Amino acid sequence: MREATLSVFRGDKDTGEFKTYKVPIEEGMVVLDAIHYIQAHEDPELAVRWNCKAAKCGSCSAEVNGRPSLMCKTRMDHFADGEEIRVEPLHTFPVIKDLVTDVSWNYEVNKRIPGFTPAPDADWTFYQEDIERVQEFRKCIECFLCQDVCHVLRDHDRKDAFFGPRFLVRTAGLEMHPMDTLNRAEFIKDQEGIGFCNITKCCSEVCPEEIHITDNAIIPLKERVVDEFYDPVMMIWNKIFGKKKQLV
Amino acid sequence: MEATKDVVKPEGFGVTARRDAWWIEPMLVAIGFGLFIVYATFRVFENNYYEWGPYLSPFFSPKFMLDLVKMLPAAIIPYVPPAAFILWIPAGFRATCYYYRKAYYRAYFADPPGCSVGHFGGEKYCGETSFPFILQNLHRYFFYLATIVLAFLWYDAIIAFNFDGHFGVGVGSLVLVANVMLLSLYSFGCHAWRHLVGGRLDCFSCSATSKQSFKIWERVTKLNEHHMFWAWCSLFSVGFADFYVRSVASGLFTDIRLF
Repeated sequence: MREATLSVFRGDKDTGEFKTYKVPIEEGMVVLDAIHYIQAHEDPELAVRWNCKAAKCGSCSAEVNGRPSLMCKTRMDHFADGEEIRVEPLHTFPVIKDLVTDVSWNYEVNKRIPGFTPAPDADWTFYQEDIERVQEFRKCIECFLCQDVCHVLRDHDRKDAFFGPRFLVRTAGLEMHPMDTLNRAEFIKDQEGIGFCNITKCCSEVCPEEIHITDNAIIPLKERVVDEFYDPVMMIWNKIFGKKKQLV
Repeated sequence: MEATKDVVKPEGFGVTARRDAWWIEPMLVAIGFGLFIVYATFRVFENNYYEWGPYLSPFFSPKFMLDLVKMLPAAIIPYVPPAAFILWIPAGFRATCYYYRKAYYRAYFADPPGCSVGHFGGEKYCGETSFPFILQNLHRYFFYLATIVLAFLWYDAIIAFNFDGHFGVGVGSLVLVANVMLLSLYSFGCHAWRHLVGGRLDCFSCSATSKQSFKIWERVTKLNEHHMFWAWCSLFSVGFADFYVRSVASGLFTDIRLF
Protein backbone atom coordinates (compact mmCIF):
# COMPACT_ATOMS: atom_id res chain seq x y z
CA MET A 1 0.00 0.00 0.00
CA ARG A 2 1.21 3.54 -0.83
CA GLU A 3 2.23 5.66 2.08
CA ALA A 4 2.29 9.42 2.56
CA THR A 5 4.61 11.33 4.87
CA LEU A 6 3.01 14.16 6.81
CA SER A 7 4.94 16.76 8.76
CA VAL A 8 2.45 18.17 11.26
CA PHE A 9 2.88 21.11 13.64
CA ARG A 10 2.62 20.09 17.30
CA GLY A 11 2.67 22.77 19.96
CA ASP A 12 1.03 25.93 21.18
CA LYS A 13 1.44 29.69 20.68
CA ASP A 14 4.79 29.77 22.49
CA THR A 15 6.59 26.69 21.36
CA GLY A 16 6.28 23.78 19.03
CA GLU A 17 7.86 21.55 16.42
CA PHE A 18 7.01 19.60 13.30
CA LYS A 19 6.51 15.86 13.80
CA THR A 20 6.61 13.34 10.99
CA TYR A 21 3.99 10.63 10.51
CA LYS A 22 3.52 7.88 7.93
CA VAL A 23 -0.05 7.41 6.71
CA PRO A 24 -1.35 4.73 4.30
CA ILE A 25 -3.11 6.30 1.32
CA GLU A 26 -6.54 5.15 0.19
CA GLU A 27 -8.40 6.28 -2.88
CA GLY A 28 -10.31 9.55 -2.47
CA MET A 29 -8.46 10.44 0.70
CA VAL A 30 -8.08 14.09 1.76
CA VAL A 31 -5.57 15.67 4.15
CA LEU A 32 -8.17 15.71 6.94
CA ASP A 33 -8.50 11.90 6.58
CA ALA A 34 -4.76 11.61 7.04
CA ILE A 35 -4.91 13.77 10.17
CA HIS A 36 -7.75 11.58 11.48
CA TYR A 37 -5.64 8.50 10.78
CA ILE A 38 -2.81 9.97 12.86
CA GLN A 39 -5.26 10.71 15.69
CA ALA A 40 -6.71 7.21 15.56
CA HIS A 41 -3.51 5.21 15.17
CA GLU A 42 -0.49 7.20 16.28
CA ASP A 43 -1.20 10.31 18.31
CA PRO A 44 -4.64 10.71 19.94
CA GLU A 45 -3.59 14.04 21.45
CA LEU A 46 -3.24 15.76 18.09
CA ALA A 47 -5.71 18.68 18.15
CA VAL A 48 -7.66 19.56 15.01
CA ARG A 49 -10.90 21.44 14.49
CA TRP A 50 -13.33 19.99 11.97
CA ASN A 51 -17.03 19.44 11.51
CA CYS A 52 -18.79 18.74 8.22
CA LYS A 53 -15.92 17.27 6.16
CA ALA A 54 -17.72 18.55 3.09
CA ALA A 55 -16.06 21.95 2.60
CA LYS A 56 -19.16 23.69 3.89
CA CYS A 57 -18.52 24.49 7.56
CA GLY A 58 -15.12 26.18 7.24
CA SER A 59 -13.75 24.55 10.41
CA CYS A 60 -10.72 22.62 9.15
CA SER A 61 -8.73 25.59 7.82
CA ALA A 62 -4.97 25.07 7.92
CA GLU A 63 -1.89 25.66 5.80
CA VAL A 64 -0.92 22.74 3.63
CA ASN A 65 2.49 23.08 2.00
CA GLY A 66 2.27 26.79 2.69
CA ARG A 67 -1.12 27.31 1.04
CA PRO A 68 -4.08 28.28 3.24
CA SER A 69 -6.59 25.50 2.51
CA LEU A 70 -9.48 23.51 3.87
CA MET A 71 -7.99 20.15 4.84
CA CYS A 72 -11.20 18.37 3.84
CA LYS A 73 -10.96 19.79 0.32
CA THR A 74 -7.27 19.06 -0.25
CA ARG A 75 -6.95 15.68 -1.90
CA MET A 76 -3.95 13.49 -1.14
CA ASP A 77 -3.59 12.54 -4.82
CA HIS A 78 -2.80 16.20 -5.43
CA PHE A 79 0.69 15.52 -4.02
CA ALA A 80 3.49 13.64 -5.75
CA ASP A 81 4.56 10.24 -4.48
CA GLY A 82 7.16 10.64 -1.76
CA GLU A 83 6.43 14.34 -1.29
CA GLU A 84 6.36 15.34 2.35
CA ILE A 85 3.09 17.11 3.16
CA ARG A 86 3.53 19.93 5.64
CA VAL A 87 0.42 20.73 7.68
CA GLU A 88 0.44 23.72 10.02
CA PRO A 89 -2.04 26.06 11.70
CA LEU A 90 -3.18 29.40 10.25
CA HIS A 91 -0.33 31.88 10.67
CA THR A 92 -2.43 34.99 11.22
CA PHE A 93 -4.12 33.84 14.41
CA PRO A 94 -2.58 32.60 17.67
CA VAL A 95 -2.26 28.85 18.04
CA ILE A 96 -4.28 27.23 20.81
CA LYS A 97 -2.95 23.73 20.26
CA ASP A 98 -1.46 21.96 17.24
CA LEU A 99 -3.69 22.80 14.26
CA VAL A 100 -6.30 24.73 16.22
CA THR A 101 -6.10 28.52 16.23
CA ASP A 102 -7.96 31.21 18.12
CA VAL A 103 -10.07 33.03 15.53
CA SER A 104 -12.22 34.91 18.06
CA TRP A 105 -10.88 38.29 16.85
CA ASN A 106 -12.96 37.78 13.70
CA TYR A 107 -16.20 37.45 15.66
CA GLU A 108 -15.42 40.58 17.65
CA VAL A 109 -14.84 42.49 14.41
CA ASN A 110 -18.08 41.17 12.97
CA LYS A 111 -20.10 42.67 15.84
CA ARG A 112 -18.90 46.17 14.90
CA ILE A 113 -20.49 46.16 11.43
CA PRO A 114 -23.79 48.10 11.31
CA GLY A 115 -26.38 45.44 10.53
CA PHE A 116 -29.07 45.12 7.90
CA THR A 117 -31.43 48.09 8.22
CA PRO A 118 -34.50 47.90 5.99
CA ALA A 119 -37.03 50.74 5.78
CA PRO A 120 -40.05 50.16 8.05
CA ASP A 121 -42.40 50.31 5.07
CA ALA A 122 -40.17 48.28 2.70
CA ASP A 123 -41.76 46.40 -0.18
CA TRP A 124 -40.32 42.89 0.19
CA THR A 125 -40.73 41.87 -3.43
CA PHE A 126 -37.36 40.69 -4.74
CA TYR A 127 -36.16 40.46 -8.32
CA GLN A 128 -33.34 38.21 -9.43
CA GLU A 129 -31.25 41.05 -10.86
CA ASP A 130 -31.26 42.75 -7.47
CA ILE A 131 -30.33 39.79 -5.40
CA GLU A 132 -27.86 38.01 -7.70
CA ARG A 133 -24.94 40.26 -6.82
CA VAL A 134 -25.30 39.99 -3.04
CA GLN A 135 -26.14 36.27 -3.20
CA GLU A 136 -22.50 35.56 -4.02
CA PHE A 137 -21.39 37.01 -0.71
CA ARG A 138 -23.78 34.77 1.23
CA LYS A 139 -21.77 31.75 0.10
CA CYS A 140 -19.06 32.64 2.63
CA ILE A 141 -18.49 29.79 5.11
CA GLU A 142 -16.26 31.84 7.42
CA CYS A 143 -13.26 29.56 7.10
CA PHE A 144 -11.09 32.71 7.52
CA LEU A 145 -8.59 31.55 4.90
CA CYS A 146 -8.92 34.99 3.28
CA GLN A 147 -8.16 36.63 6.61
CA ASP A 148 -5.20 34.29 7.06
CA VAL A 149 -3.62 35.02 3.69
CA CYS A 150 -4.29 38.78 3.67
CA HIS A 151 -0.84 40.36 4.03
CA VAL A 152 -2.24 43.36 5.92
CA LEU A 153 -3.28 41.02 8.73
CA ARG A 154 -0.71 38.27 8.23
CA ASP A 155 2.53 40.18 7.68
CA HIS A 156 1.80 43.72 8.84
CA ASP A 157 -0.49 42.61 11.69
CA ARG A 158 -2.74 45.67 11.26
CA LYS A 159 -5.69 44.09 13.07
CA ASP A 160 -6.02 47.43 14.86
CA ALA A 161 -6.94 49.22 11.64
CA PHE A 162 -8.22 46.72 9.09
CA PHE A 163 -11.20 44.36 9.27
CA GLY A 164 -9.93 42.06 6.51
CA PRO A 165 -11.51 40.64 3.35
CA ARG A 166 -14.12 38.46 5.05
CA PHE A 167 -15.75 41.46 6.68
CA LEU A 168 -15.51 43.63 3.60
CA VAL A 169 -17.45 40.85 1.87
CA ARG A 170 -20.09 40.93 4.60
CA THR A 171 -20.27 44.73 4.42
CA ALA A 172 -20.58 44.58 0.62
CA GLY A 173 -23.54 42.21 1.02
CA LEU A 174 -25.26 44.73 3.29
CA GLU A 175 -24.21 47.84 1.41
CA MET A 176 -25.41 46.54 -1.97
CA HIS A 177 -28.61 45.04 -0.62
CA PRO A 178 -31.58 46.69 -2.35
CA MET A 179 -33.57 46.86 0.91
CA ASP A 180 -30.83 48.28 3.12
CA THR A 181 -31.09 51.98 4.00
CA LEU A 182 -27.68 52.73 5.52
CA ASN A 183 -24.68 54.30 3.78
CA ARG A 184 -21.58 52.71 5.30
CA ALA A 185 -19.02 54.56 3.15
CA GLU A 186 -17.51 56.48 6.06
CA PHE A 187 -17.50 53.36 8.21
CA ILE A 188 -15.83 51.37 5.41
CA LYS A 189 -13.15 54.01 5.00
CA ASP A 190 -12.41 54.94 8.60
CA GLN A 191 -13.40 51.93 10.71
CA GLU A 192 -12.93 48.99 8.38
CA GLY A 193 -9.81 50.56 6.87
CA ILE A 194 -10.49 49.62 3.25
CA GLY A 195 -7.57 51.84 2.19
CA PHE A 196 -5.19 49.31 3.74
CA CYS A 197 -6.15 46.78 1.05
CA ASN A 198 -3.79 47.15 -1.91
CA ILE A 199 -5.69 44.75 -4.17
CA THR A 200 -3.12 41.97 -4.28
CA LYS A 201 -5.99 39.47 -4.57
CA CYS A 202 -4.63 36.67 -2.39
CA CYS A 203 -8.00 36.49 -0.62
CA SER A 204 -9.71 35.64 -3.92
CA GLU A 205 -7.06 33.03 -4.72
CA VAL A 206 -7.62 31.00 -1.55
CA CYS A 207 -11.41 31.27 -1.18
CA PRO A 208 -12.79 27.70 -1.24
CA GLU A 209 -16.23 29.03 -2.20
CA GLU A 210 -14.66 30.87 -5.14
CA ILE A 211 -16.18 34.19 -4.14
CA HIS A 212 -14.64 36.96 -6.24
CA ILE A 213 -13.76 38.83 -3.07
CA THR A 214 -11.58 41.52 -4.60
CA ASP A 215 -13.39 42.18 -7.87
CA ASN A 216 -16.96 41.92 -6.66
CA ALA A 217 -16.78 43.11 -3.05
CA ILE A 218 -13.65 45.09 -2.18
CA ILE A 219 -13.18 47.08 -5.41
CA PRO A 220 -16.89 48.06 -5.64
CA LEU A 221 -16.68 49.22 -2.01
CA LYS A 222 -13.52 51.21 -2.80
CA GLU A 223 -15.41 52.82 -5.66
CA ARG A 224 -18.27 53.74 -3.30
CA VAL A 225 -15.74 55.33 -0.96
CA VAL A 226 -14.34 57.24 -3.96
CA ASP A 227 -17.90 58.46 -4.73
CA GLU A 228 -18.21 59.81 -1.22
CA PHE A 229 -14.75 61.16 -0.41
CA TYR A 230 -12.51 61.55 -3.45
CA ASP A 231 -14.73 62.44 -6.39
CA PRO A 232 -15.72 66.13 -6.53
CA VAL A 233 -18.08 65.48 -9.45
CA MET A 234 -20.04 62.97 -7.37
CA MET A 235 -19.99 65.36 -4.42
CA ILE A 236 -21.60 68.07 -6.57
CA TRP A 237 -24.06 65.51 -7.95
CA ASN A 238 -25.03 64.50 -4.42
CA LYS A 239 -25.39 68.14 -3.35
CA ILE A 240 -27.77 68.83 -6.23
CA PHE A 241 -29.75 65.61 -6.32
CA GLY A 242 -29.32 64.56 -2.71
CA LYS A 243 -28.26 61.21 -1.34
CA LYS A 244 -30.67 58.35 -0.95
CA LYS A 245 -28.91 57.05 2.14
CA GLN A 246 -27.49 58.75 5.17
CA LEU A 247 -23.91 58.07 6.25
CA VAL A 248 -23.37 55.99 9.37
CA MET B 1 -3.69 39.48 20.48
CA GLU B 2 -0.43 37.69 21.20
CA ALA B 3 1.94 36.87 18.41
CA THR B 4 3.02 33.31 17.88
CA LYS B 5 6.66 32.31 18.03
CA ASP B 6 8.88 31.93 15.02
CA VAL B 7 8.41 28.19 14.86
CA VAL B 8 4.78 28.70 13.89
CA LYS B 9 5.18 31.90 11.97
CA PRO B 10 8.65 32.32 10.49
CA GLU B 11 9.18 35.81 9.10
CA GLY B 12 11.41 37.35 6.47
CA PHE B 13 11.39 38.28 2.83
CA GLY B 14 10.47 35.33 0.63
CA VAL B 15 9.99 32.95 3.56
CA THR B 16 7.28 30.45 2.73
CA ALA B 17 6.43 26.78 2.99
CA ARG B 18 5.03 26.89 -0.54
CA ARG B 19 6.69 24.48 -2.92
CA ASP B 20 5.30 25.73 -6.19
CA ALA B 21 7.18 28.24 -8.33
CA TRP B 22 5.28 31.22 -6.86
CA TRP B 23 8.05 33.61 -7.93
CA ILE B 24 7.57 33.01 -11.68
CA GLU B 25 4.50 35.24 -12.00
CA PRO B 26 5.96 38.34 -10.29
CA MET B 27 9.23 37.78 -12.15
CA LEU B 28 7.48 37.69 -15.55
CA VAL B 29 5.45 40.76 -14.62
CA ALA B 30 8.60 42.61 -13.56
CA ILE B 31 10.35 41.67 -16.82
CA GLY B 32 7.29 42.48 -18.99
CA PHE B 33 6.66 45.85 -17.39
CA GLY B 34 10.36 46.62 -17.25
CA LEU B 35 10.83 46.03 -20.97
CA PHE B 36 7.79 48.12 -21.81
CA ILE B 37 8.88 51.00 -19.59
CA VAL B 38 12.41 50.96 -21.04
CA TYR B 39 11.09 50.87 -24.63
CA ALA B 40 8.46 53.58 -24.02
CA THR B 41 11.01 55.83 -22.31
CA PHE B 42 13.45 55.35 -25.18
CA ARG B 43 10.76 56.25 -27.71
CA VAL B 44 9.62 59.32 -25.81
CA PHE B 45 13.17 60.66 -25.68
CA GLU B 46 13.96 59.55 -29.22
CA ASN B 47 11.08 61.81 -30.28
CA ASN B 48 11.33 60.72 -33.92
CA TYR B 49 9.96 58.21 -36.47
CA TYR B 50 6.45 58.40 -35.04
CA GLU B 51 4.67 59.11 -38.29
CA TRP B 52 4.65 57.54 -41.72
CA GLY B 53 2.05 58.13 -44.45
CA PRO B 54 -1.34 57.80 -42.74
CA TYR B 55 0.11 56.05 -39.69
CA LEU B 56 0.72 57.74 -36.35
CA SER B 57 2.28 55.95 -33.39
CA PRO B 58 -0.11 55.64 -30.41
CA PHE B 59 2.65 56.98 -28.15
CA PHE B 60 2.44 60.34 -29.93
CA SER B 61 -1.32 60.77 -30.28
CA PRO B 62 -3.10 63.20 -30.42
CA LYS B 63 -0.66 64.82 -32.76
CA PHE B 64 -2.02 68.35 -32.38
CA MET B 65 -1.07 68.17 -28.68
CA LEU B 66 2.43 67.28 -29.74
CA ASP B 67 2.51 70.28 -32.07
CA LEU B 68 1.14 72.55 -29.34
CA VAL B 69 3.74 71.42 -26.83
CA LYS B 70 6.50 71.99 -29.39
CA MET B 71 5.38 75.60 -29.66
CA LEU B 72 6.06 76.19 -25.95
CA PRO B 73 9.23 78.18 -25.20
CA ALA B 74 12.26 75.97 -24.71
CA ALA B 75 12.83 77.54 -21.32
CA ILE B 76 9.56 76.06 -20.05
CA ILE B 77 10.25 72.56 -21.28
CA PRO B 78 14.02 72.35 -21.54
CA TYR B 79 14.41 68.62 -21.03
CA VAL B 80 10.92 67.15 -21.26
CA PRO B 81 10.10 65.64 -24.65
CA PRO B 82 6.67 66.55 -26.08
CA ALA B 83 5.22 63.01 -25.88
CA ALA B 84 5.66 63.08 -22.10
CA PHE B 85 2.95 65.74 -21.96
CA ILE B 86 0.49 63.19 -23.38
CA LEU B 87 1.73 59.85 -22.07
CA TRP B 88 1.11 60.68 -18.41
CA ILE B 89 -2.58 60.06 -19.10
CA PRO B 90 -2.44 56.41 -20.28
CA ALA B 91 0.47 55.82 -17.88
CA GLY B 92 -1.60 57.16 -14.98
CA PHE B 93 -4.61 55.12 -16.07
CA ARG B 94 -2.56 51.93 -16.03
CA ALA B 95 -0.65 52.80 -12.87
CA THR B 96 -3.90 53.24 -10.93
CA CYS B 97 -5.71 50.30 -12.59
CA TYR B 98 -6.95 47.72 -10.09
CA TYR B 99 -5.35 44.84 -12.01
CA TYR B 100 -1.98 46.51 -12.43
CA ARG B 101 -1.90 47.40 -8.74
CA LYS B 102 -1.90 43.69 -7.92
CA ALA B 103 0.77 43.06 -10.53
CA TYR B 104 3.23 45.76 -9.52
CA TYR B 105 2.67 45.64 -5.78
CA ARG B 106 3.74 42.01 -6.05
CA ALA B 107 6.45 42.37 -8.68
CA TYR B 108 8.14 45.60 -7.63
CA PHE B 109 7.16 46.34 -4.04
CA ALA B 110 7.06 42.68 -2.96
CA ASP B 111 4.25 43.58 -0.62
CA PRO B 112 3.54 40.71 -0.70
CA PRO B 113 5.67 39.02 -3.39
CA GLY B 114 3.19 36.12 -3.42
CA CYS B 115 0.30 34.76 -1.39
CA SER B 116 1.51 33.44 1.98
CA VAL B 117 5.07 34.45 1.11
CA GLY B 118 7.08 36.65 3.49
CA HIS B 119 6.84 40.32 2.61
CA PHE B 120 9.41 42.99 2.09
CA GLY B 121 8.84 46.36 3.70
CA GLY B 122 8.67 48.32 6.89
CA GLU B 123 6.48 47.95 9.93
CA LYS B 124 4.54 51.14 9.29
CA TYR B 125 2.37 49.79 6.52
CA CYS B 126 -0.52 52.07 5.62
CA GLY B 127 -1.46 50.72 2.19
CA GLU B 128 -3.44 53.20 0.15
CA THR B 129 -4.40 55.41 3.07
CA SER B 130 -1.58 57.94 2.70
CA PHE B 131 0.64 59.58 0.09
CA PRO B 132 1.64 58.46 -2.52
CA PHE B 133 -0.65 55.43 -2.80
CA ILE B 134 -3.76 57.34 -1.73
CA LEU B 135 -3.55 58.80 -5.24
CA GLN B 136 -4.79 55.44 -6.52
CA ASN B 137 -8.23 56.86 -5.75
CA LEU B 138 -7.80 59.08 -8.82
CA HIS B 139 -8.24 56.08 -11.10
CA ARG B 140 -11.68 57.28 -12.20
CA TYR B 141 -10.24 60.59 -13.41
CA PHE B 142 -7.51 58.86 -15.37
CA PHE B 143 -10.27 56.76 -16.90
CA TYR B 144 -12.09 59.90 -18.09
CA LEU B 145 -8.88 61.34 -19.56
CA ALA B 146 -7.78 58.04 -21.09
CA THR B 147 -11.16 57.77 -22.81
CA ILE B 148 -10.49 61.11 -24.53
CA VAL B 149 -7.08 59.85 -25.68
CA LEU B 150 -8.77 56.63 -26.86
CA ALA B 151 -11.14 58.66 -29.02
CA PHE B 152 -8.12 60.20 -30.75
CA LEU B 153 -6.59 56.76 -31.24
CA TRP B 154 -9.80 55.64 -32.95
CA TYR B 155 -9.54 58.69 -35.20
CA ASP B 156 -5.90 57.78 -35.98
CA ALA B 157 -6.90 54.19 -36.75
CA ILE B 158 -9.61 55.32 -39.19
CA ILE B 159 -7.25 57.81 -40.83
CA ALA B 160 -4.76 54.94 -41.27
CA PHE B 161 -6.92 53.72 -44.20
CA ASN B 162 -6.56 57.00 -46.05
CA PHE B 163 -3.59 56.82 -48.40
CA ASP B 164 -3.31 60.25 -50.06
CA GLY B 165 -7.08 60.64 -50.27
CA HIS B 166 -7.72 57.04 -51.39
CA PHE B 167 -9.01 54.18 -49.30
CA GLY B 168 -6.42 51.51 -48.82
CA VAL B 169 -5.41 48.83 -46.37
CA GLY B 170 -1.87 48.34 -45.24
CA VAL B 171 -0.57 46.02 -42.55
CA GLY B 172 -0.06 49.16 -40.46
CA SER B 173 -3.77 50.06 -40.79
CA LEU B 174 -4.69 46.67 -39.35
CA VAL B 175 -2.09 46.96 -36.59
CA LEU B 176 -3.50 50.33 -35.51
CA VAL B 177 -7.12 49.07 -35.62
CA ALA B 178 -6.23 45.95 -33.61
CA ASN B 179 -4.43 48.13 -31.09
CA VAL B 180 -7.32 50.54 -30.57
CA MET B 181 -9.79 47.66 -30.28
CA LEU B 182 -7.69 45.99 -27.59
CA LEU B 183 -7.29 49.31 -25.78
CA SER B 184 -11.07 49.78 -25.87
CA LEU B 185 -11.69 46.30 -24.46
CA TYR B 186 -9.23 47.09 -21.68
CA SER B 187 -10.62 50.56 -20.94
CA PHE B 188 -14.29 49.61 -20.99
CA GLY B 189 -13.74 46.53 -18.87
CA CYS B 190 -12.31 48.74 -16.15
CA HIS B 191 -13.64 48.49 -12.58
CA ALA B 192 -14.28 52.24 -12.36
CA TRP B 193 -16.40 52.14 -15.52
CA ARG B 194 -18.23 49.08 -14.21
CA HIS B 195 -19.09 51.06 -11.08
CA LEU B 196 -20.21 54.14 -12.99
CA VAL B 197 -22.51 52.29 -15.41
CA GLY B 198 -24.39 50.43 -12.70
CA GLY B 199 -22.27 49.12 -9.87
CA ARG B 200 -23.04 52.19 -7.75
CA LEU B 201 -26.76 51.26 -7.70
CA ASP B 202 -28.28 49.07 -4.99
CA CYS B 203 -31.50 48.38 -6.80
CA PHE B 204 -31.40 47.34 -10.43
CA SER B 205 -35.16 46.79 -10.76
CA CYS B 206 -36.34 50.09 -9.30
CA SER B 207 -36.74 52.11 -12.50
CA ALA B 208 -36.50 51.84 -16.27
CA THR B 209 -33.10 53.59 -16.12
CA SER B 210 -31.71 51.22 -13.50
CA LYS B 211 -32.95 48.20 -15.49
CA GLN B 212 -31.01 49.55 -18.45
CA SER B 213 -28.00 50.18 -16.21
CA PHE B 214 -28.16 46.55 -15.09
CA LYS B 215 -27.91 45.32 -18.68
CA ILE B 216 -24.87 47.52 -19.34
CA TRP B 217 -23.33 46.56 -15.99
CA GLU B 218 -23.71 42.86 -16.86
CA ARG B 219 -21.87 43.35 -20.16
CA VAL B 220 -19.10 45.39 -18.56
CA THR B 221 -18.82 42.70 -15.88
CA LYS B 222 -18.23 40.09 -18.59
CA LEU B 223 -15.38 42.19 -19.96
CA ASN B 224 -14.11 42.91 -16.46
CA GLU B 225 -13.76 39.20 -15.71
CA HIS B 226 -10.90 39.15 -18.24
CA HIS B 227 -9.41 42.52 -17.29
CA MET B 228 -5.93 41.08 -16.76
CA PHE B 229 -5.97 39.49 -20.22
CA TRP B 230 -7.02 42.73 -21.91
CA ALA B 231 -4.51 44.69 -19.83
CA TRP B 232 -1.59 42.63 -21.13
CA CYS B 233 -2.88 42.31 -24.71
CA SER B 234 -3.36 46.07 -24.97
CA LEU B 235 0.02 46.81 -23.38
CA PHE B 236 1.69 44.53 -25.92
CA SER B 237 -0.35 45.93 -28.82
CA VAL B 238 0.41 49.56 -28.03
CA GLY B 239 4.12 48.77 -27.87
CA PHE B 240 3.95 46.75 -31.08
CA ALA B 241 1.94 49.43 -32.91
CA ASP B 242 4.60 52.00 -32.04
CA PHE B 243 7.37 49.59 -33.03
CA TYR B 244 5.66 48.96 -36.37
CA VAL B 245 5.27 52.66 -37.17
CA ARG B 246 8.83 53.35 -36.05
CA SER B 247 10.19 50.53 -38.20
CA VAL B 248 8.33 51.71 -41.29
CA ALA B 249 9.19 55.38 -40.68
CA SER B 250 12.86 54.65 -40.09
CA GLY B 251 13.08 52.41 -43.16
CA LEU B 252 13.79 49.25 -41.18
CA PHE B 253 11.10 47.52 -43.23
CA THR B 254 8.46 48.51 -45.76
CA ASP B 255 4.76 48.56 -45.04
CA ILE B 256 2.86 45.98 -47.07
CA ARG B 257 -0.18 47.34 -48.90
CA LEU B 258 -2.83 44.62 -48.96
CA PHE B 259 -5.02 46.62 -51.36
